[in-house]
Amino acid sequence: MDKPLHLSASPHIHSGRSTTGIMRDVLIALIPAAVAGTVIFGWRSLLVIAVCTASCVLLEALFNAITKKRQTIGDLSAAVTGLLLALNLPASIPIWQCVIGSLFAIVIVKCLFGGIGHNPVNPAITARVFMLVSFGSMATQAYPVIVDTVAGATPLPSIGAGQMPALSDLFFGLTGGAIGETCAAALLVGFIYLLARRIITWHIPVSFVGSVFVCSLLMEGFDFTKALALILSGGLLLGAVFMATDYVTSPATAKGKLVFGIGAGLLTFLIRYFGVYPEGVSFAILFMNILTPYIDALTAHKVFGGQRKA
Amino acid sequence: MSFFLNGIHVPHRKNTEKTPAVYMTPPQTVMLPMSMHIGAPAKPIVKVGDPVKVGTRIAEAVGAVSSPIFSSVSGKVTKISDMLLSNGNTVPAVTIQSDGEMTADETLRPPVIRSAEDLIEAIRESGVVGLGGAGFPTYVKFKVDLSRIEHLIINGAECEPYITSDSVTMAERADDMEYAITSMQAHFGIKHIVIGIEKNKKRAIASMQALAERVPGVEVKVLPSVYPQGGEKVLVYHTVRRVIPAEKLPIDVGCIVCNCTTVAAIGSFLKTGMPLVKKCVTVDGACVKEPKNVIVPLGTPISDIFEFCGGLTETPEKVLYGGPMMGVAIPDLQAPVLKNTNAVLALSAKEARLPQTTACIRCGACTNNCPFGLAPASIAAAYQKKDAARLEKLQIQTCMECGCCSFNCPANRPLVQTNKLAKAFLKEEKTKEASKNG
Repeated sequence: MDKPLHLSASPHIHSGRSTTGIMRDVLIALIPAAVAGTVIFGWRSLLVIAVCTASCVLLEALFNAITKKRQTIGDLSAAVTGLLLALNLPASIPIWQCVIGSLFAIVIVKCLFGGIGHNPVNPAITARVFMLVSFGSMATQAYPVIVDTVAGATPLPSIGAGQMPALSDLFFGLTGGAIGETCAAALLVGFIYLLARRIITWHIPVSFVGSVFVCSLLMEGFDFTKALALILSGGLLLGAVFMATDYVTSPATAKGKLVFGIGAGLLTFLIRYFGVYPEGVSFAILFMNILTPYIDALTAHKVFGGQRKA
Repeated sequence: MSFFLNGIHVPHRKNTEKTPAVYMTPPQTVMLPMSMHIGAPAKPIVKVGDPVKVGTRIAEAVGAVSSPIFSSVSGKVTKISDMLLSNGNTVPAVTIQSDGEMTADETLRPPVIRSAEDLIEAIRESGVVGLGGAGFPTYVKFKVDLSRIEHLIINGAECEPYITSDSVTMAERADDMEYAITSMQAHFGIKHIVIGIEKNKKRAIASMQALAERVPGVEVKVLPSVYPQGGEKVLVYHTVRRVIPAEKLPIDVGCIVCNCTTVAAIGSFLKTGMPLVKKCVTVDGACVKEPKNVIVPLGTPISDIFEFCGGLTETPEKVLYGGPMMGVAIPDLQAPVLKNTNAVLALSAKEARLPQTTACIRCGACTNNCPFGLAPASIAAAYQKKDAARLEKLQIQTCMECGCCSFNCPANRPLVQTNKLAKAFLKEEKTKEASKNG
């Protein structure tokens, strides 16, 4: 025996799951939405996606280099943040704003709090909110649409005003909005992929979208078509499938995930109907991110054979 | 209270299941440490130069929890020296040079059993301890008010990857098991005996079902192949639906759990008077040329066993006593087979290399895969802050150290390893607290 035997505590094998693998699956799941966004909103979408993704990855690399931390861009989480941020922006956004948004997401929200796993709120969603309140381009600028059914940021104000886009247009994303949020079909493909790969569970997306649907139904006097239109429009599906399910900022247990999803759904509904902004998904997720440690504490698993909670 | 116990799907790699166990050519020397069980080490009663035969008593049990030790070969005691065990303790070990004859001790007689006390004494004298890996002296489990025993649960789950020695024992030694079972029924008055086996062990299930048909009061429960099915609390819950509270024993809910090989070893002693001197061991891992189940004398150096199995094809990364989920890595191949050794695995670098540890991404895989619903990531955080009160609240003492959390962690964080440290830390803090108050 020339080589000494390796000693370590059990277990001696591993499932092979890794952070990088999970992030790679999230990126794959976002491809349909990115492609749909490019088809619907044109080639400038690709530019926004490229700038945001590259900025996020480069800024994280730079931050790690300056602070002499172990390089973490290999885990692909910065790429996920960049892509998600891009999909949350209109295709017409000025490029310098994309860079500022990425800087906010990666440096302020993620790296300054300690990097992956330590950010209290989702970087992409927080950057979107930051840009929404900072830049006029996010709220007032009319988004380019192929089929000019609606004028305005998203179809939401028009649904409120009584002119409703066709459900099929909403399903295929032929409406105004951010690059990745309009095409429900593409987002559902991503959702199914994430479920099949066991990256996420159904709890948050279903309870989030479900509670918005139920509330809208009640509010609109059981007009199913309108309620359906309301869950297909705005940033709801993108938020519920990809942003609210971020591991770091959502609860761990199934029970906690349901609380999170229902809470986010109720807040989205309240902001949409009674708030000053037409869309409330980002604010709702951000708010629930902040509540997550408390939800986690209250929804921990019951311990088998354990004593009752003190 | 109803629970759904989580479990995980580990790779099975039960390569040795279908082939019958083979006897190994006797080794030239065996080394028998005085502690192959939980409890006080046994006391050697032989000296250097003494002749011994197979089954000759070489060490006495000392105290309430201990176990006697018997020579596993015929030959001569050549050395009594200190040996460092994998748990860090140093105990005397008796080395015996074999004469190659394997002559049985002619003074051995089957014990005469007339009462429950006789049977408990016989189990003690058989040298049998928990052969599934725990090594707890079996007779101690029965030193209770016998009317409390409602169910005897025989553990044939064998949920660890690679290991098949229990399955092979169930398939090939049903007669020994039957002998022990009927004796326990007669003298301990146990009404219900249930044998729990994972459903992927066809040969063992067939053999045990035939046994259950012959012996009234015995039931075979076929369980899903989900790790850690063979964990004591998991098995009790899945066979008789009883929950063992934290820091309690199976007997507190009317159950006694015995491993199937333990039962077979007791049966063999009752029948023949030959105490525990040999063990069926699964020899596997990518570095082993011919993986198989081998019946070896206790104390056989692991290097001899690998040689018997065609040798090693490459230098292993890790060599283990037991399975890859809970087994112990050993530093050198001269280590002997112990009473509770059910497998020796020589894992290649490819099998045993673990990914790099990265930051926790709070995915919840640890708590969602914990059979008992513990929160290993929170436990690790509390341990880092040395927060005993929080650890107590997180019920760390419930952890059975099965390793599901670490196995599934995408950041490969040392979760179960930290749980072990946290358990020891909390115990220490509580002792300190108690001595301060007392």
